[in-house]
Amino acid sequence: MAEKKLMKGNEALAEGAIRAGCRFFAGYPITPQNEVPEYMSWRLPQVGGAFVQAESEVSAINMVYGAGATGVRCMTSSSSPGISLKQEGISYAAGADLPIFIGNVMRGGPGLGNIAGAQGDYWQATRGGGHGDYRTFVMAPNCVTELGNFPHKCFEVSFKYRIPSMVLADGILGQMMEPVEFKHPEIDPKTLTEPAWALGKCEGRNKRIVKSYDLKEGGVEIMVNERVQRYKQIEQNEVVYEEQMIEDADIVLVAYGISSRVCVAAMKQAREKGLKVGLLRPITLWPFPKARLIELSKRVKNFLVVEMSLGQMVEDVALAINGRANVHLHAKPGASVITADEVCKTMDKILKKEAKEYAAVK
Amino acid sequence: MQLLNKKPESLLDVKMHYCPGCGHGIIHRLVAEVMDELGIRGRTIGVAPVGCAVFADTYFNCDMIQGPHGRGPAEATGIKRAKPDTIVFSYQGDGDLASIGMAEIVHAAIRSENITVIFVNNAIYGMTGGQMAPTTLMGQKATTCVEGRNAKQAGYPIRMSEMLATIDGATYLERTTVHTAPGVVKTKMAIKKAFQNQIDGKGFSMVEILSMCPTNWGTRLDNPSEATKFVAEGMLPVFPLGVYKDACAADKK
Amino acid sequence: MYQGIRISGFGGQGVISAGVLLAQAGMMEGKEVSFFPAYGAEMRGGTANCSVVVATDQVSTPIVTAPDTAIVLNEPSLAKFEPMVKPGGLLIINTSLVNSKPTRKDIKILNVPCNEIAAELGNAKIMNMVAMGAFAAATGAVTVDAIAKALPKVYKKLKPEVIELNVKALKRGAEFKVN
Repeated sequence: MAEKKLMKGNEALAEGAIRAGCRFFAGYPITPQNEVPEYMSWRLPQVGGAFVQAESEVSAINMVYGAGATGVRCMTSSSSPGISLKQEGISYAAGADLPIFIGNVMRGGPGLGNIAGAQGDYWQATRGGGHGDYRTFVMAPNCVTELGNFPHKCFEVSFKYRIPSMVLADGILGQMMEPVEFKHPEIDPKTLTEPAWALGKCEGRNKRIVKSYDLKEGGVEIMVNERVQRYKQIEQNEVVYEEQMIEDADIVLVAYGISSRVCVAAMKQAREKGLKVGLLRPITLWPFPKARLIELSKRVKNFLVVEMSLGQMVEDVALAINGRANVHLHAKPGASVITADEVCKTMDKILKKEAKEYAAVK
Repeated sequence: MQLLNKKPESLLDVKMHYCPGCGHGIIHRLVAEVMDELGIRGRTIGVAPVGCAVFADTYFNCDMIQGPHGRGPAEATGIKRAKPDTIVFSYQGDGDLASIGMAEIVHAAIRSENITVIFVNNAIYGMTGGQMAPTTLMGQKATTCVEGRNAKQAGYPIRMSEMLATIDGATYLERTTVHTAPGVVKTKMAIKKAFQNQIDGKGFSMVEILSMCPTNWGTRLDNPSEATKFVAEGMLPVFPLGVYKDACAADKK
Repeated sequence: MYQGIRISGFGGQGVISAGVLLAQAGMMEGKEVSFFPAYGAEMRGGTANCSVVVATDQVSTPIVTAPDTAIVLNEPSLAKFEPMVKPGGLLIINTSLVNSKPTRKDIKILNVPCNEIAAELGNAKIMNMVAMGAFAAATGAVTVDAIAKALPKVYKKLKPEVIELNVKALKRGAEFKVN
């Protein structure tokens, strides 16, 4: 087992990306993700990589679009308002099937909002975010160790299926320090095979084009449908989630990221009082652990979605459960922290049938 | 029979979509000839813009990328930094480079990115159908200024070469034209220098090329001299030809 | 065991590094730890604060809103953090710089003249270590010994003699007892 090191979440994300073979980073300062570009600026040159502080998030994502087209493992990161600006490039990367990696360390929104940790970008991350028909592979860590290890999986999925990937964290995870353990062996990019689509030296082979357009009638339909086949494979093969105390649970908490840690504490408190509470933590937000929720809904009557947003992931849960069980919501937007006590109170209400179901609340 | 001229290897033998009298075809050919002559085709990556030259990715016989409107210099930056041993050029029009992509071109120059930019200035938006460009002349009619550009509503045309010349990071900036035969020859020399600079690692080079757009200028397609007259009498006084920056001879600060 | 800590003071008093040090010490003792700094706008205007958790179970949230212990190193911090301390919790006050008296009766108070002791030891910069020593002795959440061992991990550029001085400050701080 590797030695544990005390590290800031943002730095673990940057180091994890480099260990996963990332050799190009372009970014722009925005709180609370500033440690990512700061770390990359000195660390990437050490491993023969390149760092650029771009003039804007728009430029940064397009630098990554260019670098990604050469087949290099590359990354950009930002926080919510900056991720909005990057949507142009993310859509183009999706349309050009480029395996780029994006870190979003969310803060409160909309607009300038605030700089505290929030989960309000769930819809943006899981619905594609930019214009057009596409998906992004999204992973949600809930600790610094996962921030350090998820880039590995993101690059793997990105390159296997040619899809942009994202780590969706929040300001709390980005700013906090805790012991981190890097679990994957470090990847030397020289050992990776160059993809057959990568731009480079065309001497001795046919030229290659990286593009997202096709103006022929039906051209884009064909492109999107081919992509849909890959999306289906991802939904089949790449769903990741974690469960705790689910076997006998009467209520299942559903939460991702930092909220899931609060739920663990709430679950333990509730269990001490004799309530049978379990936790389902989606780790991939897209693909979403739909199948597992459907299975659980045959036995579990109540699901409580806990999120630091106005109620975004709850829609995916409700969609999966499709009326087979009650879906409740404990939502806190605006980057305010949820406490275990609050979650316990909501669970009490549910059991006393005082809480409204999500469908009714909405 | 002696072969005096042939299609450059760096240009594919495909039908181009450009309108009669358009300057893009000439400029494509000049870029391709330069790539041939410098022997760099096999390691060149071109960045196609959004605008009339969007299909440049299918015309040039080298690896090509096509991305968002105005972001060519950012894409080129990413490519060049990721693969420093390739030759990277960004081909852009005036709406792409001087309007939506203003920040990208300025900051690529500031960073002195070791890339080559081909900037085609025809004072109009072509692909979208003749709207006003940042380089549209005062009084020039366009579909978004039907009475002609007026300062109160739309300000004044931007001179990119002059503006970029104020930037320490810019290595080589020249404005040329393709509306005359000598202009074409000079343009090729400028393009060649802009690529040679990159090969020599000298940093940011841009050639601004005045070019014709008879379709959207409303000049007669069957009489190209109307369009060349527009360049000579309308554009040249606003966009004087010449070298605006040449930091190759002397070392940059 | 769960110990949520807030440390607050002027920028330059070593608030952030003291927090990292506690987390490092706790980790080296095999405990679950987290550290969370104030950042961005909260850091402007000269004050700094951070949250540290040392616990036996996984930390649910690193932001400590009701600290078991608050360590206030300057005057404005007293007003801000005294009301937040859990009933029965501990408030460590740097009496060198805090003139006001705490008003709460339901918490324990530990007065430590950190700056005076640091001055006695000959280095004003180690005033934060005096407070950390007092904290370790009063709560037992981490030991003075663990903090001493964590010092070279956090302050990688410090010379051994300066580390030694920091350890002295820790030990002096540990001599103070809750009134």
